[in-house]
Amino acid sequence: MSDPIEKVSIIISKGSLEGVYPGLIMANGARAEGIEANLFFTFFGMEAILKKRQSHIKVATVGNPGLHMASVVGALPGMSALATHMMEQKMDKLDIPSIPEFVEMISDTGCGMYACQASVDLFALKKDDFIEQVQDIITVGDFYAKAAGGEIIFT
Amino acid sequence: MTTMTLAGIDVELNDEGFLVDPSQWTEAMAIDLAGKEGIDPLTEEHWKVVHFMRSEYLAKGSGPSVRVLGKTSGVTIKELYQLFPKGPAKTAAKIAGIPKPKGCI
Repeated sequence: MSDPIEKVSIIISKGSLEGVYPGLIMANGARAEGIEANLFFTFFGMEAILKKRQSHIKVATVGNPGLHMASVVGALPGMSALATHMMEQKMDKLDIPSIPEFVEMISDTGCGMYACQASVDLFALKKDDFIEQVQDIITVGDFYAKAAGGEIIFT
Repeated sequence: MTTMTLAGIDVELNDEGFLVDPSQWTEAMAIDLAGKEGIDPLTEEHWKVVHFMRSEYLAKGSGPSVRVLGKTSGVTIKELYQLFPKGPAKTAAKIAGIPKPKGCI
């Protein structure tokens, strides 16, 4: 048998519903397997950990071929909200937690949570704009130091 | 698959160390299984989770995930990870002699 994975560092870089969930599921799943995990949020991925934004993350209805919806239709007002609402209903039936609940739960599992310094500077944010579960705002160098000895997954 | 003697009984364990036949399980065996996972002693709080896992498995045919454990067992997610640092649902299932819980969340 190959050596088991003992540590993962997962980067979430996108701010859509479908961009945020996979990284969260992988981090939560890693902790459930006893694997050490860190989450690093960069660019629009930071939406998931911003107090004002994390409850308003939407499915992308434009330029998303997997949705099988013409982009001109997806661009109509309210389409993204509608697609998000439908997706959230399905998730609720499957007992998949909302993003705020999921982020809090993953933090409780002992997973580290960090925001990207460059993105924080770019969007003129402060530590206080982030939910309390975010431990620190770190540079890419700090990230590699924290990720040392484990796998890095970019989403 | 390996054969092992736990609490004086010969049992078969799968590659991940889960009991192949959950009906062979005894409380004495749980102590040996916990020791193999580095949990010694099994405290009252550990037992609460182990018994909960086993009763859910016997009632529903599968053990609960960490999220369900956190919502229904009366033990918080934080406490669950303190009790079972190597994964609460997985480790408690192993100690409870039931198959590994399935599901992604």
